Amino acid sequence: MLAETLVAQNISFGIIATVMVVGAIRVVTSKNVVHAALWLVCVLAGAAAQYLLVYAEFVAITQILVYVGAVMVLFLFGVMLTRARIGNENDLNNKNWALGIPVALTMFAAMAIASTAVRIDTQAVSDAIFKPYLLPFWALSFVLLVAVIGAIVLARKD
Amino acid sequence: MLINEFLLLGAVLFCIGIYGVIARKNAVMVLMAIELILNAVNLNLLAFALRNGSPDGHVFALYVIAVAAAEVGVGLGLVLLIYRNKRTIALDELSEMKG
Repeated sequence: MLAETLVAQNISFGIIATVMVVGAIRVVTSKNVVHAALWLVCVLAGAAAQYLLVYAEFVAITQILVYVGAVMVLFLFGVMLTRARIGNENDLNNKNWALGIPVALTMFAAMAIASTAVRIDTQAVSDAIFKPYLLPFWALSFVLLVAVIGAIVLARKD
Repeated sequence: MLINEFLLLGAVLFCIGIYGVIARKNAVMVLMAIELILNAVNLNLLAFALRNGSPDGHVFALYVIAVAAAEVGVGLGLVLLIYRNKRTIALDELSEMKG
């Protein structure tokens, strides 16, 4: 691989990663539900850009179509249908919100140690799982069918 | 090349999502934090796919995206149903199952 490509990859990774982390923090701290949803769009689009950097074009396109296209519209509809008012709110956190900070920091310490010392033979696992990966694909189509029917049944007014 | 950085970014997003799940009161916001967690998992899957030079991680990432779409559909349906019945989606007010 060309050295210039590597440098470009690293620089773009840094920029996009910064945007994603800032966006994610805004998602979990924003006082406005709609703003949180729009920051989530930022994170998801950044994730799609990162997928392009690791040569996963199809996953990146699917990410844009499914997440930014469909899931975000669902979220905005959810916000619209469940909230009387759009705007800033001060009681979006629950009583024990401060508990979340130590839990998240502890998990990050554990995962950072694990991910810098990672030596896992994923190849064997994925071979075992995905040699016949038509069957999970069929299962997935049934999952989606059940989810669609279930969501309609749940949300329908009788 | 970028694999360790990808894993670290995934860890950061995962932990921010965990914080969101714990700290948020609005059920829709909790679902958004769950989306952050699922995206962190996808970053890890693609980083490992790059390291192994195999398409399996890509397949698994696509599965995760599809399952996440199903999860959001059903989850928001449930939230709408709860809102219709209780007129609130604040999670600490929905404590009927507490013993």
